[in-house]
Amino acid sequence: MIHVLLPAHLRTLAQCGSEVELEVSPPVTLRSVLDALESRYPVLRGTIRDHGTLERRAFLRFFVCQEDWSHKPPDKPLPEAVASGAEPFMVVGAIAGG
Amino acid sequence: MSKVRVLVGTHKGAFVLTADGTRNKWDVSGPHFAGWEIYHMKGSPADPNRLYASQTSGWFGQIIQRSSDGGKTWETPGGGLKPPTSEGGMPSGESNKFVYDTSAETGKPLTTHQWYDGTQHPWEFKRVWHLEPSLTDPNTVYAGVEDAALFRTTDGAASWHELAGLRGHGTGPKWQPGAGGLGLHTIILDPSNPQRMFIAISAAGAFRTDDGGKTWQAINQGLRSQYIPDPKAEIGHCVHHMAMHGKRPGVLFMQKHWDVMRSDNAGELWHEVSGNLPTDFGFVIDVHAHEPETIYVVPIKSDSEHFPLEGRLSAYRSRTGGNEWEPLTKGLPQANCYVNVLRDAMAVDSLDSCGVYFGTTGGQVYVSPDAGDNWSPIVENLPAVLSVEVQTLA
Repeated sequence: MIHVLLPAHLRTLAQCGSEVELEVSPPVTLRSVLDALESRYPVLRGTIRDHGTLERRAFLRFFVCQEDWSHKPPDKPLPEAVASGAEPFMVVGAIAGG
Repeated sequence: MSKVRVLVGTHKGAFVLTADGTRNKWDVSGPHFAGWEIYHMKGSPADPNRLYASQTSGWFGQIIQRSSDGGKTWETPGGGLKPPTSEGGMPSGESNKFVYDTSAETGKPLTTHQWYDGTQHPWEFKRVWHLEPSLTDPNTVYAGVEDAALFRTTDGAASWHELAGLRGHGTGPKWQPGAGGLGLHTIILDPSNPQRMFIAISAAGAFRTDDGGKTWQAINQGLRSQYIPDPKAEIGHCVHHMAMHGKRPGVLFMQKHWDVMRSDNAGELWHEVSGNLPTDFGFVIDVHAHEPETIYVVPIKSDSEHFPLEGRLSAYRSRTGGNEWEPLTKGLPQANCYVNVLRDAMAVDSLDSCGVYFGTTGGQVYVSPDAGDNWSPIVENLPAVLSVEVQTLA
């Protein structure tokens, strides 16, 4: 079970709790986790990745095991600690703005 | 007794203000979608309880919200849990999906547009600036977006499709953003002709379709803009807003980046009606609900200051369709007021005594229940107001 942490605005939008649990078939990658997340909560489509290009939105980043995965290839397997559910997959919004 | 419902979009959420026909005592609901920019909210003329809202964020992009009960509850149409609809197994959820048309032959983008430095730049969707519900069908809505394009839904905002004839218009590659972006911010539907629609883009100008959005023509003749190389160019004018009275659909009024303009022939030719205004710069313009020759603007000091002249907030009214203007100040702050009134932040109701409303970047929403003679604040401390619309309810 993958544990996903979302920014507050996206939790409100998806009407989900602070942590989302997802079943993701191996290999567990950035792409497969986000696909599963958007499949569970279609309203999140376009809010994390661009609708057309599937590129990460500029003011969001992905962190796993205290490491920034924002620029890693989307099909690279995530660490076992994330795949096993021991560590969360974090979607983090930039701390900025008014 | 009739009621009014004022839909206020702000920098940090939406608010719904309601009152009876006296417009003295107001109920305030909100913030809805707290923390998000609400560029625009508008109700369907065909079903006043059907509302649409453009919810947007630099972080998370675009969301379209829909209400079927006058703003008490909201949903993201197309964004709920639904079974997979494609071979890929992904459920639908496209209420916020605005994808520009591509060439049917090549699959490549239709065109590029001009960037600030004069080079060509790809079209990039950023947000919905304006939602204009159909006059007859609650499920049909037009959306004006940045980068400038026009989209339409016919299924209550579950899916959106571009009317690409506008962007494919011959001048599209020459359109250039203003400092605030390349936004399509004004959509006016002609109640006497379902095939006719007017739109305006900053900083391209005004355009009209007479065939339901398939083809468009620039309607900027008579505009004069000193800030572009050819002041009388076919396109490139920074139109801030346009307004029309439903019973006089051939008469259009425009607040441009400098100059208040009027056209008596559906935009074929414009002439200036700034007259005795203290400055002809501003953003909003609107028409009295029952008097097609009575129009309103809020003059703003520019360039760059973008606040009222001498710190005195004044609306101006012309009862002659322009040129002769009178200041409307009673009840508005007349000292130390340095707010702005943005392009979609003025509206009128259609009660017997026409109400006029506008919102400010200081978070005030003002109402005049007597066509501008007297003003009072409905609310005074909202986030910066981006848009104001009014519904007159039976």
